[in-house]
Amino acid sequence: MKIVIAGCGKIGLTVIGSLVAEGHNIVAIDSSPEVIAEITNLYDVMGLCGNVADSDILFEADVSDADLFVSFTGSDELNMLSCFLARKMGAKNTIARIRAPEYNDHSLSFMKQHLELSMSINPERLAAHEIFNLLKFPTALKIESFSRRYLEIVILKLKEDSFLDGIKLSDLRTKFNAKVLVCCIQRGDEVYIPDGNFVLKSGDKIGITATHTEFQKLFKGAGHVQKQAKNTLILGGGRVSYYLADMLTNIGTAVKVIDQDEKTCEILSEILPKATIIHGNGAQQELLMEEGLLNADAFVSLTGMDEQNILISKFAETQNVPKVIAKVNSDELTSMAEKLGLDSVVSPKKIVSDMLISYVRALQNSLGSNVETLYKIMDDKAEALEFNVRDDFAMAGVPLKDLKIRKNILIGGIIRDRKTIIPGGNDTILVGDKVVVIAANHRLNDLSDILV
Amino acid sequence: MNHKIVSYMLGRIMVTEGLLMCLPLAVGVLKKDNVSVMAFIISILVALGVGLFLASVIGKKEEEMMLAKDGFAIVALAWILMSLVGALPFYISGEIPSYIDAFFETVSGFTTTGASILENVELMSRPMLFWRSFTHWIGGMGILVFVMAIFPHNTGRSMHVMRAEMPGPIIGKLVPKVRETAKILYLIYIFLTVVQIVLLTFGDMTFFESVVHTFGTAGTGGFGVKIDSIGGYSAYSQWVIAVFMVLFGINFNVFYLLLIKHFRTAFKSTELWWYLAIIAGATLFIGIDIYSEVGNIADTARASFFQVTSIMTTTGFSTVDFNLWPSFSKTVLVILMFIGACAGSTGGGIKVSRFIIAIKSIRRDIKKMINPRSVASVKFEGKALDSTTVNGVGVYFAIYFILFFVLLLLVSLNGFDFETNFTAVAATYNNIGPGLAGVGPMSSFAAFNPFTKIVLSFAMLLGRLEIFPILFIFAPFMWKKKS
Repeated sequence: MKIVIAGCGKIGLTVIGSLVAEGHNIVAIDSSPEVIAEITNLYDVMGLCGNVADSDILFEADVSDADLFVSFTGSDELNMLSCFLARKMGAKNTIARIRAPEYNDHSLSFMKQHLELSMSINPERLAAHEIFNLLKFPTALKIESFSRRYLEIVILKLKEDSFLDGIKLSDLRTKFNAKVLVCCIQRGDEVYIPDGNFVLKSGDKIGITATHTEFQKLFKGAGHVQKQAKNTLILGGGRVSYYLADMLTNIGTAVKVIDQDEKTCEILSEILPKATIIHGNGAQQELLMEEGLLNADAFVSLTGMDEQNILISKFAETQNVPKVIAKVNSDELTSMAEKLGLDSVVSPKKIVSDMLISYVRALQNSLGSNVETLYKIMDDKAEALEFNVRDDFAMAGVPLKDLKIRKNILIGGIIRDRKTIIPGGNDTILVGDKVVVIAANHRLNDLSDILV
Repeated sequence: MNHKIVSYMLGRIMVTEGLLMCLPLAVGVLKKDNVSVMAFIISILVALGVGLFLASVIGKKEEEMMLAKDGFAIVALAWILMSLVGALPFYISGEIPSYIDAFFETVSGFTTTGASILENVELMSRPMLFWRSFTHWIGGMGILVFVMAIFPHNTGRSMHVMRAEMPGPIIGKLVPKVRETAKILYLIYIFLTVVQIVLLTFGDMTFFESVVHTFGTAGTGGFGVKIDSIGGYSAYSQWVIAVFMVLFGINFNVFYLLLIKHFRTAFKSTELWWYLAIIAGATLFIGIDIYSEVGNIADTARASFFQVTSIMTTTGFSTVDFNLWPSFSKTVLVILMFIGACAGSTGGGIKVSRFIIAIKSIRRDIKKMINPRSVASVKFEGKALDSTTVNGVGVYFAIYFILFFVLLLLVSLNGFDFETNFTAVAATYNNIGPGLAGVGPMSSFAAFNPFTKIVLSFAMLLGRLEIFPILFIFAPFMWKKKS
């Protein structure tokens, strides 16, 4: 597919990297010649230097022939304008990053309609949402949800004394009476798609699919549930913090936001009337102590600097804060942070790049049983995908035990008429279902791709 | 330098060359020329053997990174290795008894120079003549571009290779992927080649001659099969070749733009208009200068146009012995040798675009001297160039002429007169072929001693690969394992 990416900042670059890996034809536009030089050296893409809303540049990029035009510049208005122009020049789909809170209220649908945008992306809001989910279920390192949360995939790390240590997967359901499915395991650097004979060990990172209530059941049954955070301390007053604080105060959680900049604090205090806004340097231990780090249920570090987020989160962990989440944007630092033992790391650009890949795969295959949602999990070594089952799926109605499924692929869940099925061998896939598939070392475009 | 990836790529190129040699082998089988057939079979086996050894024993199929310097190393070593192996058929068949002569001839072929050590080309066998001209065609668009077009492609960084092999100050892609770009370039190249072969067969050339001369034109090489080059053929054949020389000297991006119907952008190319204007101007001046000798307008126009396009596009065919022309015409031709064709074409020389950028930056600097506070940028093809590109052009000119003088000094050791030495270096360094005086269109390079032939071979490689790749392989830092 031909994709034009306008604006190659941090997010643009990550998206280009993952789309090139998927084999697409990419044209990258940026106003800085250095950035373009760097990109064309790193990836097999065509680079153009210029203003992304200049119709000459868009013409040169052959936008009229593009299947997708994505605008990721730092300015919302520029993104809207360039997407609008690209659409008028004939781009089939357009996606703009729009992140200012004032555009992200009810006016968004109006703008999307009139600018003919296929999608608007707000990385900060998406990141805030991911953090919000984690705070609601703090046991998880990561929660990804499918089909309006009828099914979730939760990533956990098994601690030393975990109740799951030494459990054989086929015994899991009977032992805890919960309908859950362990669908992938990362042990060391290896990722496994397990069968029933797999035995869990502490130190494993596992992915479980289930509905939200079944998770609660599993962990309650084992007496291991960590309560929803009631009292959250947020460091940094950027956009992610705003969206997160907004969501948290709306469900009645106490939120404290700390920022160094007085102006920012003033603005936040106006738009977040229910939150407590603190003006001060969050890197100071005394300040954190004073503001009740020891009593907090959760600490979220969202400053603009990855390093600071990692270090302060690490400090918060030593102070036994039950749930610590850090925003880390750089890939290298993410893996370092995980090596340091910092489990919950949220990266806005990764969320966006997953979203775009699922969007592109769905575009590629708009006729068959196409991809609805896609998440890369386990350090990007596996993928969790949701498919819509259409008429052309040949194996509809065949029990799963009779399906010949390729290696390293597992069906993690079926959603049928607002009911979630955690499948066993006798369940079937029917037309109209949504199916969640976990796959390692495969690139799936269509549900039929899972078959041998 | 990353030895594994370099030898892997070199191996692939050797295998490709071995496969390409099957074409002249087929000609040999068709003509029932047993000596040539044997020579090609042995050469093909050597190429495949070396290729497989390099690719699978030393080299590793890489997931590793290819850096800019690996790209340079691959290109430079590939061209040298290719010429060493490509010379084998001439040597083994005994048609060129000295290996150094055979090497010179092959380098001259691949670099699309067309300088020959053969005193009488008409004595050579058909398969060998075919291979000799076919090297022009391969070298014209570049063998690495070819390899990238046909092999499935595995690293995102092969742009470094393309940049090192394609001539010109700014190398862009036509489409986002290197492999697709390489494919499009070759398709345009093949299309033009086929059209020319068909047009030539309508004239007085046999099919074999049409093919061989088309290879010479397409690669802007200039090897012919007759001692008087194109001079003996009809006016029609000469015009066809002249027009196609002009076409092959144009940046292939222009053809691509025409192909996708972006006519306005295509005809807005500054370089294209300068290129055509220089050809027109030079044709006119030489025409006026030689009119009294030739005597009629049609012949004057044809001789002048043919020679101007042949030298400007760095092809090197000739229809007349321009060595006998007045001094003014000869000087114009020597100047054209240095200007060369457009960037991104199959031609050599310094390239029209570099001259445009240089002239524009001179104009800017003069303005700045007169009015020191003025700020101006150098614009090319409607866009302001960044300072790296402008500086790059300046550096290229500097190193180009420094090396030119070094080569001239080395060649002068051989003891010929100044005009011969000067034009011999200019004609090889710019990939043209014939020069003036002792190396004029009706003479050959046979008289030079082996040392000079090797120097001139390197001059041709330097010219074709635009200096840096060849220069870098002499630098110690290229050979360090990790840096």
